Amino acid sequence: MSEAARPSAALDFTDITVDEVSRSFGRRRALSRVSFRAGQGQILGILGPNGAGKSTLLGILATLLRPTSGRVRYGSLGDTQGASLRARIGVLGHDLFLYPELTARENLEFFAGLHGLPEAGHAADEALDRAGLGARGDDPVSTFSRGMRQRVALERALIHGPRLLLLDEPFTGLDDASASALVARLRDLRRGGAILIVATHDLEIADRLLDHALFLRDGRPAASIAQPERLRATYQDVMTRPLGGAGS
Amino acid sequence: MTTGAVPRLPSTPFARTVWMVLRKDLTVEMRSGEIAYTTLFFAVSCVLIFAFALVKEGRAPDGGAAGILWIAILFASTLALGRTFERERQAETLRALLLAPVPRPAIYVGKLLGIIALLAAAEVVLLPLVDFLFTARLFAHPAWLIGIVVTCTIGLAAVGTLFAAMLVRTRSRDMLLPVLLYPVVVPVIIAGVQGTSALLQPAFDVAVVRFWLLLLVTFDVVFVVLALWTFEAVMSD
Amino acid sequence: MPKWFNPAAILCGLMFVVSPVLIARAPDESAMGMVYKIYYYHMPSAWMFLLAPLVCGFSSALFLMRGRAEDDRRAWAAAELTVLFGALTLLTGPLWARRAWGTWWVWDARLTSSLVGWMIGWAYLILRRYGGPGSDKLAAGVALFGAVNVPFIYISVNYWRTIHPPTTVVPRLPVSMGLPLWFCVFAFLLLFVLLMTMRLRLEHARTRLDALYVALDE
Repeated sequence: MSEAARPSAALDFTDITVDEVSRSFGRRRALSRVSFRAGQGQILGILGPNGAGKSTLLGILATLLRPTSGRVRYGSLGDTQGASLRARIGVLGHDLFLYPELTARENLEFFAGLHGLPEAGHAADEALDRAGLGARGDDPVSTFSRGMRQRVALERALIHGPRLLLLDEPFTGLDDASASALVARLRDLRRGGAILIVATHDLEIADRLLDHALFLRDGRPAASIAQPERLRATYQDVMTRPLGGAGS
Repeated sequence: MTTGAVPRLPSTPFARTVWMVLRKDLTVEMRSGEIAYTTLFFAVSCVLIFAFALVKEGRAPDGGAAGILWIAILFASTLALGRTFERERQAETLRALLLAPVPRPAIYVGKLLGIIALLAAAEVVLLPLVDFLFTARLFAHPAWLIGIVVTCTIGLAAVGTLFAAMLVRTRSRDMLLPVLLYPVVVPVIIAGVQGTSALLQPAFDVAVVRFWLLLLVTFDVVFVVLALWTFEAVMSD
Repeated sequence: MPKWFNPAAILCGLMFVVSPVLIARAPDESAMGMVYKIYYYHMPSAWMFLLAPLVCGFSSALFLMRGRAEDDRRAWAAAELTVLFGALTLLTGPLWARRAWGTWWVWDARLTSSLVGWMIGWAYLILRRYGGPGSDKLAAGVALFGAVNVPFIYISVNYWRTIHPPTTVVPRLPVSMGLPLWFCVFAFLLLFVLLMTMRLRLEHARTRLDALYVALDE
């Protein structure tokens, strides 16, 4: 039941393949036979209404949930790699994963330390600068606005240089300036070779951002479109289409 | 890639993880003090209520002091456990801990030490209070008392931390924690009460205290090991 | 249901019908007269009450290690049987005790340990019922802790005086008292196996039904 931490070279992978993944909770089917592939330097969007299964899918990709059937492969590795695989994955959850009583710097240092970074304090300072919050580093996170917390949370997710970045509704509650800043940041990460998977229902923002869009409806893949344009129109079309017709 | 810093090892060592989790918990608690103060206040109220209920004509019932002490600690620890893990639930930080490349049993140990520290702080106040209110002469044999109190606290905390962590995302978790915890820690409570009672007897019998202490140590070892083994399995979905 | 189920059920039913006859024909115990006879039901149900949590704890450990649903189903069925046979034991015991010891209940080692074990069984069932999704793994953890706890419960309670009859009563009974006892033990064991089988079938069917619902939605 325990996992061995192997002190060998850190794992890396250049793509992630999801193969007919399903997940059910008792009688409720949350995901049904989802398949896709995302490579490095790509931003994949998972789009759908509330309850479509986006968070469940991200949970599976993050290795927090096991699929009831189907497989996820990280490069040539399965999900049994445990801790060494988790070291290459960063997650920005809907709930941000920050301790409100700790300062921004303390939060970043804590997670940097958990990830085994040799100089946690230094890494935290750099992350704060990148977030543009160097001046507020010693304030408790509970005093931050949603946008500021989002920035800290994003840096927290990235502090260990993950290959795969999973974002669950990252644009929620952000004003235009913060949203644009986040989009710019994600584009930078894409240029740096990361694999980014974003679950969102903010279609206007996603419009300029995605390399590929996977539409989920009731846990089922409804359409899979490369280089999507005019997302809102496409979304309406896909969501109101009768079921059983999967897109390209 | 974004940062220049690259992790040294694929996963962080056990002891380091324990220390970081513990330090984080202590820092958070010292900032707000919420759990420490409320737990302490609740435990003191418990003892006082028992005093009002059971003391007749200025005298506590025979052997009542030990029972009252341990009931108060048990109730207080239930609240403290619930609140500690409620905190981890709020920003889903427990999930963040599970996502980190750390050995998961180390998370359990870090949390366990934090709970033990919290309960120890409460006991520092409770023991003199019970001694005073019930003229119980608890400190007649301080070394034995500390032995019993420490092992008993570890036993409560070991099982309680695991169950509270298991229940973090369960419905009705506030009610379920005592329902699950109390039957399983019956031996700890019995040993704690009997051991403490034995210390209060005018004719102090070392063999009795030693027996209870040994039972508690065995319980602690067995159940901490069992919890380490089980933690990973119950935390994964 | 497996082929042996119906014949076994009929056999079990017959055994329970016949048992009062055998019990009535056994000699009365000198001090207590007829009331002693409840012992013939009390002992076997106590043994089943010991067997069930062992099955539950063992299956829970397997479930945590291997994650197979059948281990979980077995653990849940065994937990229900723990509560059932525990109830029977804790009901028949005081009936016997009232005549033998003059009191309905004493806080001796065996009774108190039984009560605590019974409560752990209830705690398991409450968790399964109200815990929502994911409570299968949690319940397995509780069952495992409960099972490992048994010696601790017993030793801690046992340090007090016990007035439960020693276990050597059985070998010392004359054959005419022994035969009805073993007969009842076998009847109860058969009942245990039958109930377990029925419960497992029920749970297995429920799992298949869930899978069908899920497949229907595909």
